[in-house]
Amino acid sequence: MTMKSSTRQVDGVTIVDLSGRITLGEGSIILRDTVRDLIGKGNKKILLNLGDVNYIDSSGIGELVSAFTTVRNQGGELKLLNLTKKVHDLLQITKLYTVFDVKDDETAAVKSFNK
Amino acid sequence: MSENRVSYTLDSTLDTVNSAEATASEMATKAGFADEDVMKIAMAVREAAVNAVLHGNAYDPGKKVTLDFERTGDGLVITIRDQGKGIDLNAIPDPLAPENLLKTSGRGIFLIRSFMDEVEINPSQAGTEIKLIKHVHGSAVDGKEASQ
Repeated sequence: MTMKSSTRQVDGVTIVDLSGRITLGEGSIILRDTVRDLIGKGNKKILLNLGDVNYIDSSGIGELVSAFTTVRNQGGELKLLNLTKKVHDLLQITKLYTVFDVKDDETAAVKSFNK
Repeated sequence: MSENRVSYTLDSTLDTVNSAEATASEMATKAGFADEDVMKIAMAVREAAVNAVLHGNAYDPGKKVTLDFERTGDGLVITIRDQGKGIDLNAIPDPLAPENLLKTSGRGIFLIRSFMDEVEINPSQAGTEIKLIKHVHGSAVDGKEASQ
């Protein structure tokens, strides 16, 4: 299953709904291109909804880190929403769970961004 | 070839990575692993295949990746070989070190070691061979590497 991505705006925050696999190749490229496109358009408050991401490999983890640092370096914020158990566990063992701001409620997540 | 053992040689492509992962999942299921362990084995094999294709053979169409899956009495032994220059184990940084947490690569072998019971990595000038072992009922070193 390849990855799909769609974006929507909620109170000034861009929510990116991702589904499928974030792995070396297409999945990682879609995520990279999506974040770069948003940054290019000036959208610097990004919430990645990973609720339907059922698999991620080390390349996908690297792509999440890259997205996080890219947005931060542009003065923005990137947060994660609705981690599946698999993705949650991966971020735990790689010690990235504390690096990312991880949310499990969309409304609260949107409100948590700096106004 | 016995159905307990599957070996094949493939090109250095992403298709090989996906094929290795799918075969690992199938063999692990047949070997009687629980779903969570099947996922861990498949992911470890995927990471090893990525290393072979991407870092070992560097997508060179003239170089092949050899995969060997063997169901043993108590688990699964997977061996993956590439024809690259041989990985330098001393050059692999600790991905959990604070200064490396935000690096975008370098987590593959760490994940492999996290998910398998035993991991042997044998680099040479003719390429790198990595052997992954998982026991059906776990072991005293479950979740950690026994060797490298």
